[in-house]
Amino acid sequence: MPPGITIAADAPELSAANTGFMLICSALVMLMTPGLAFFYGGMVRVKSTLNMLMMSFISLGIVTVLWVLYGFSVAFGTDHGSLFGWEGDYVGLSGLGINQLWDGYTIPVYVFAVFQLMFAVITPALISGALADRVKFTAWALFIALWATVVYFPVAHWVWGTGGWAFELGVIDFAGGTAVHINAGAAALGVILVIGKRVGFKKDPMRPHSLPLVMLGAALLWFGWFGFNAGSWLGNDDGVGALMFVNTQVATAAAMLAWLLYEKLRHGACTTLGAASGAVAGLVAITPSGGSCSPLGAIAIGAIAGVLCAMAVGLKFRFGYDDSLDVVGVHLVGGIAGSILVGFFATGGGQSKAQGLFYGGGLEQLWKQLAGVGAVLAYSLIASAVLALLIDKTIGMRVSEDDEIAGIDQVEHAETAYDFSGAGGGRAPRTAAVPAPGADGAQDTAQVQRNKKVDA
Amino acid sequence: MKLITAVVKPHRLDEIKEALQAFGVHGLTVTEASGYGRQRGHTEVYRGAEYTVDLVPKIRIEVLVDDADAEQLIEVVVKAARTGKIGDGKVWSVPVDTAVRVRTGERGPDAL
Repeated sequence: MPPGITIAADAPELSAANTGFMLICSALVMLMTPGLAFFYGGMVRVKSTLNMLMMSFISLGIVTVLWVLYGFSVAFGTDHGSLFGWEGDYVGLSGLGINQLWDGYTIPVYVFAVFQLMFAVITPALISGALADRVKFTAWALFIALWATVVYFPVAHWVWGTGGWAFELGVIDFAGGTAVHINAGAAALGVILVIGKRVGFKKDPMRPHSLPLVMLGAALLWFGWFGFNAGSWLGNDDGVGALMFVNTQVATAAAMLAWLLYEKLRHGACTTLGAASGAVAGLVAITPSGGSCSPLGAIAIGAIAGVLCAMAVGLKFRFGYDDSLDVVGVHLVGGIAGSILVGFFATGGGQSKAQGLFYGGGLEQLWKQLAGVGAVLAYSLIASAVLALLIDKTIGMRVSEDDEIAGIDQVEHAETAYDFSGAGGGRAPRTAAVPAPGADGAQDTAQVQRNKKVDA
Repeated sequence: MKLITAVVKPHRLDEIKEALQAFGVHGLTVTEASGYGRQRGHTEVYRGAEYTVDLVPKIRIEVLVDDADAEQLIEVVVKAARTGKIGDGKVWSVPVDTAVRVRTGERGPDAL
């Protein structure tokens, strides 16, 4: 996705096909965030459903505005010290013409900016799965704003921005294994180490309240991921996008099968949650590697990630950190697996000329991948923990224990997801809209007359 | 008078209702219930975490009858509820002091 890698065209002209393709891809990636909301929303208990949905949805609000104000500039502006970018014209997207093309590509800067925006939106939303049931909504909103600013925008610059250190080193992160998944997974770990466990963790049953919702969310994620991955070549001129599309599908399928097989052998049943989780693990793992491996390599990467993630989700019980919905187990572990497996499976015939260990490239690419993984993991983990600590010491990160037990939906959103009330469960609204006497319109008058009859 | 209470498998409700009607019972009360007996519940697995679900869905049927009919009615309910598999439930009866039909104020066996 790399700005600066130019395809052999002297002066690219705007391509209607690529521009249309990328607008559709951007819309597909947008759909992943509400998809994620349902994926997570179904996994929590009834009393936290809305909060889980809102923790993702709010990212569409906050990150979108910040991205236009300064995020795009920090991530993709002119490099400063290999650590962050800044470009006056990108601030507020103010200095850009609608025909101005992204450097070296056939799509407008606006299209590139909006495609990248959708990545910036979903990444903090991914973190929320680890924090289910217990974080104040205002604290979460503040966290998203700070985290995007301090962690996501700079890390996106490291990995994808011209001049960013990981990009210049040759770390391959085609569509976001490092910048998105390891970044979010490490952040999740950092925050939960600060805020602690849910009330009743390891004691109370915390079963998913709606697996159909989880399945719907996973399906939307899978669908949207084609935009995420196939769009990351920023066009469709040379088949790399098509390779990525194929690899996305087969790795996801293989990971789902691997997770289910592991479950069948280990626990005796192929579960719905396992199928959904395996699919997401495969999507995560193929994200960094899918542009550089073959479809057979993608099957191997998916299968490896499926088993690794299925094993990793149990670690929270062993080590006692409460990663509520397994953001660490699926996104961090899946992201690390996919990023490192590039060093083994890169064929040199796709998005990059780099070859992995299995294709005669030696250890060089592997070391580069490890450097990228290690740096992003460490930075995101530490920075996120510090941000969480900062918010916790000021406005407080967690709701009170009583409120957590009563249910975060009622306390933080003044709503409940489902109406289970029997007799006497719902009161009349305090500000009921009663039509005023003499209100215009025959219908209103008739309504008033009917009301009078009832009164009489 | 006696109150017959049956806590049984939900899918036996229709058979029990029909048997009671055939016996001449005019009214009954049905409540959704949950519980377990000797068979306990079942195990569910979510991402490898196993949960034991003790309480299984049941229905609770209550019928008021005359003392003379009680024994025979218990047999009717037991026969209709039985599947022969584990978890078929329990039926019991307790003495009732008074019953009043709310609409008319009739008391005792007249209220049944």
